[in-house]
Amino acid sequence: MRVQERIIEGLLWLSAAITVLITISIIWVLLSESVQFFSEVSIVRFLTEKEWTPLFAEKKFGILPLVAGTFLTTAIAIAVALPIGLTIAIYLNEYAHARFKTIIKPLLEVLATIPTVVYGFFALTVVTPFLQSFIPGLAGFNALSAGIVMGVMIIPMISSLSEDAISAVPRSLREAAYGMGSTRLQTAFGVMVPAASSGILVSVILAISRAVGETMIVAIAAGQQPRLTLNPLVPIETITTYIVQVSMGDVPHGSLEYRTIFAAGMTLFVFTFLLNNLSFWIKKKYQEKYD
Amino acid sequence: MTNSEKNRLKDKAFQVFGIFCTFIGLVVLAIFLVDIVIEGVRRIDWDFLTSLPSRRAARAGILTAWTGTLWILVLSALIAFPLGIAAGVYLEEYAKKTKLADFLEINIANLAGVPSIIYGLLGLELFVRFMYLGPVLLVGALTLSLLILPIVIVTTREAIKAVPRTIRDGSFALGASKWQTVWHQVLPASFGGILTGVILALSRAVGEAAPLIVIGALAYVPFVPKSPMDEFTVLPIQIFNWTSRPQAAFLTNAAAAIIILLLITFLLNGIAVYLRNRQQKKIKW
Repeated sequence: MRVQERIIEGLLWLSAAITVLITISIIWVLLSESVQFFSEVSIVRFLTEKEWTPLFAEKKFGILPLVAGTFLTTAIAIAVALPIGLTIAIYLNEYAHARFKTIIKPLLEVLATIPTVVYGFFALTVVTPFLQSFIPGLAGFNALSAGIVMGVMIIPMISSLSEDAISAVPRSLREAAYGMGSTRLQTAFGVMVPAASSGILVSVILAISRAVGETMIVAIAAGQQPRLTLNPLVPIETITTYIVQVSMGDVPHGSLEYRTIFAAGMTLFVFTFLLNNLSFWIKKKYQEKYD
Repeated sequence: MTNSEKNRLKDKAFQVFGIFCTFIGLVVLAIFLVDIVIEGVRRIDWDFLTSLPSRRAARAGILTAWTGTLWILVLSALIAFPLGIAAGVYLEEYAKKTKLADFLEINIANLAGVPSIIYGLLGLELFVRFMYLGPVLLVGALTLSLLILPIVIVTTREAIKAVPRTIRDGSFALGASKWQTVWHQVLPASFGGILTGVILALSRAVGEAAPLIVIGALAYVPFVPKSPMDEFTVLPIQIFNWTSRPQAAFLTNAAAAIIILLLITFLLNGIAVYLRNRQQKKIKW
């Protein structure tokens, strides 16, 4: 009996320990391939060269164009999702009936459950032609429509996390604001949003991290042309798209071209890792505690 | 206009803006779904579901894609379900509140935030190159299992946490061991919640294309996979492949395949929501 209990506990422990093993494997895989990559391409070239053409005859290994593409689509997505998501969070908390809230929240969550390849199709076949009808010079593949659609996808992420943060602010603060004669709008922006600011910030950081790592929307709709630009109207390439592009071709395993996807993946991993941990840190450090 | 009138006007204006924002996402979603259905629904027939892929759009079907998706769904469930629940049970019921437990928690939160394409790179090196398994169904399922494991663990922990202390105390008082208590009391009481989480995680896995493309899953597979060691494709990859082609006929195919994929994801989500509601109604501690 005793022995059996011990064995079971050991097995359960092993399952939990696997999660650490996964993290170690991810870091090991990215590092070992990247180290080999950087033994052939100096890290200075990687970080400062302004072109990324590892698949061409004349190879350039500057990650900046891919980073710029990733930054551009992420910025557009956040520019769409933050105002809309935050407004939804405030509206649901300060204005809407409780019943309306319980109906609308799961509906918004549907946006987050749709596979991203489907959003990519939407960006390419609906949003881009629509934007082209009034933005002359918008290319068939562009950062703008991919970014906008990505923004729509992450609206529920910002709205529901921010909404949780705002509704965690105690009633007494809101009632004090009303007592001073504030309107709902003044209460929202004068009291509730500042009080919930750390939670809202966390939601935005997690949304950024999500957008940075998003793959299929940009792979379908933003193009495959790495270029160092902030012009949202032309084709670009993100880090994630590059990895997909190489994976679909027949680059031999173990070649330098093959290792570029791990160097790119490492860059991506560092970005998201920093963002995620920043959000944990803020959550822990600035969690408002009310009695 | 007095100040207070101005403020009230602003308040009203924001209310309208709030309603607008709340519905804009849903309106976009609706436009999109209608567009997809109009574009794709006439393409769906028995032949489309039972035909192999083809270079000719009109003859191409999604048989290999949906069977691949089904395989992935079942295999991922078989791998991630026991592993995730075991880890969740350990962390919630067994682990002492130490620094190590804190570390495990942060680690799992971090894993949940790793982009899916990175899991693809992991699967490619670990399973395809290191273990020489090749880009087969089992590798795809293993890769996606690692991807959804954090979600399964977190939801398992939440479901277990909701089981009140008194249930465990009662069990212990009757002389049950720790594992007997977990197996006969805690798990049955939290099973609905765990199942909901697992199904939501699986619906995420079914929609993933990026990690599977990275491990080398093919877009063109001219046979139905018969074992976990067969090469495969899935619906999202098939959709990606058709979307990337210039001919309009392939876009129609993509739209039709999207309808099938959405049906599967919505079905899974529907089951999850149903289970959650039933659970909430049934249990009163």
